[in-house]
Amino acid sequence: MRIDETDRKLIAETQAGLPLVPEPYAEIGRRLGIAEAAVRDRLAALQARGIVRRIAIAPNHYALGMVANGMSVWDVADEAVARLGPEVGALPFVSHCYLRPRALPVWPYNLFAMVHGESRAEVEEKRGEIARLLGVACRGSDILYSTRILKKTGMRLAANGS
Amino acid sequence: MRHAPLAPDALDGTDRRIINVLQDGFPLTPRPFADAGAELGLAEDELISRIARLREIGAITRFGPFFDAAAMGGDFCLCAMAVPAERFEAVAEAVNARPEVAHNYERDHRLNMWFVLAVEKASDIDRVAKEIEAETGIAVLTFPKLAEFYIGFRVSA
Repeated sequence: MRIDETDRKLIAETQAGLPLVPEPYAEIGRRLGIAEAAVRDRLAALQARGIVRRIAIAPNHYALGMVANGMSVWDVADEAVARLGPEVGALPFVSHCYLRPRALPVWPYNLFAMVHGESRAEVEEKRGEIARLLGVACRGSDILYSTRILKKTGMRLAANGS
Repeated sequence: MRHAPLAPDALDGTDRRIINVLQDGFPLTPRPFADAGAELGLAEDELISRIARLREIGAITRFGPFFDAAAMGGDFCLCAMAVPAERFEAVAEAVNARPEVAHNYERDHRLNMWFVLAVEKASDIDRVAKEIEAETGIAVLTFPKLAEFYIGFRVSA
């Protein structure tokens, strides 16, 4: 059992955001019928277990001027990707970096690195840095710019279990 | 969801400090806005009203706990579809209607719709992807993560 029913209700109640009142944890406790301290203890325990990554603000990159959002994708030789992936991930302008399966023949790329910038020119320059880092281990690449956010709600959990 | 930048004067220095500081974390204390405000040099009620405004104008997308589906025994999976232009809006509506779709982006590529499924049971990824295929008649490519090399980007407001 990963989470109990109370944790599940707590997650369902807070996944759209914390209430903007002076005592938000007390307010959540009132809605769920549990004590304020229990709300905080449970959130702390979920955080210790990694189920809550953090409690924080999520900035909207686009609104803040980072309007060029490129998913750069790379076909990196399998024997080199375990070494090179962490180096790409360590670049300061890369926000996420994952190894994923190829979907041949339509999709030859196995390394995904999200690059954000204030213009496409800036993102292209950063893409060039990744290409130089990968060198001959890279057999091809592409970049997919986002043109619209269609949905961004984050994970949604049913209050009553599945 | 806002995809365009805010006007340059939409945020003042205090707004920017709030975004920069609170993207790292928010206190789990009885009066967290008072405590976070003390660090920022802001009264409790001012911090609350500024966060409310940042949300209203779309400067922030969320404020609260961020959950990891995998740590709960579930999973995330990136998926992509090549949607014909004339069907794009209808397919976006059908995909977005599924609660398992956590976010969805239009991208300029033949594979023009990229979304993330977040499910409570790892085995649900394939089921949901197949259901979306059946509903739309369009193949759903799944790109589960095999390794994660980095997460922890910060935006400087």
